[in-house]
Amino acid sequence: MKQTEFLNVVMPFKDKLFRLAKRLLVSTEEAEDATQEILLKLWSKNDRMKQYASVEAFAMTMTKNFCLDRLKSKQASNLKLVHSNYTDGSASLQRQVEAQDSVNWVEKIMESLPEQQKMALQLRDVEQYSFDEIGKLLEMTPAAVRVALSRARKTVREKLIEKHNYGIA
Amino acid sequence: MELHNIEKLIEKYLEATTTVAEEEALKAYFLKGDVAPHLKEYTAMFTYFSVAKEETFTKQVPLKPRKRNYKWLSVAAVAVLVFGIYYGNDYREQKEAEYVLQQTKKAFSLIAQNLNKGTEKLVYLNKFEEAKNKIYKTN
Repeated sequence: MKQTEFLNVVMPFKDKLFRLAKRLLVSTEEAEDATQEILLKLWSKNDRMKQYASVEAFAMTMTKNFCLDRLKSKQASNLKLVHSNYTDGSASLQRQVEAQDSVNWVEKIMESLPEQQKMALQLRDVEQYSFDEIGKLLEMTPAAVRVALSRARKTVREKLIEKHNYGIA
Repeated sequence: MELHNIEKLIEKYLEATTTVAEEEALKAYFLKGDVAPHLKEYTAMFTYFSVAKEETFTKQVPLKPRKRNYKWLSVAAVAVLVFGIYYGNDYREQKEAEYVLQQTKKAFSLIAQNLNKGTEKLVYLNKFEEAKNKIYKTN
């Protein structure tokens, strides 16, 4: 496969890979590195790429596994993730967000979720994947995905309300 | 969409039984503004989700270095081999010729040495000449 061909295949979902990586690794730089790593791995396998039913699903699974491995090795070596980049100062973001503060809170709340719920929420509410796709990606049954997702949504909502009431009181 | 409907969808949403289309409808409602006060918290959620989807990967990926064409490497190797054999043969022949030349020179010098020895011995013939001259002079 030629380089341009490869880029055409990869372009539509590279941002999804990055967002999933960022969801798991939190830091933008780490997510960028992870995404780059994944793309290079894909590139090195590009002659076999036609065999995969969905390159996107394959790449997403790779990203998930890669990031989870990263997190595991980080925990093992007792390295704490340092992240101070909650706001992504892009202009379009500033314009869209009226209640910037509580929106940022959603991100922080999502960080506190267990990894599986985090990913379920990311894949469904941000990327709008179907339950079947998410199930395959996370190696769960679609029913289990629903349960995780339901829990995640409820938790985010409860914590938001908590935060909101706290602010008022 | 009516508030009643939205409330129903929200309930389904929390149980994760909504379809993608229904979630889209919810998102549209909350992003439009003008949200019922008791549903305010969802605005933040749906706003965040749509903002999060805007993020893009902007880093350049250096794809070139990975793509090394090993085909040309083998061609180069074969070329070097052929070259080596061709010129190597020439070189060997030259060496052989030089060796033969050396041997021949050695043989010639050996012959020359022995010849010189022979001519050294011929000096004695002069004695004979001297003696003969002496005899003729006295006569």
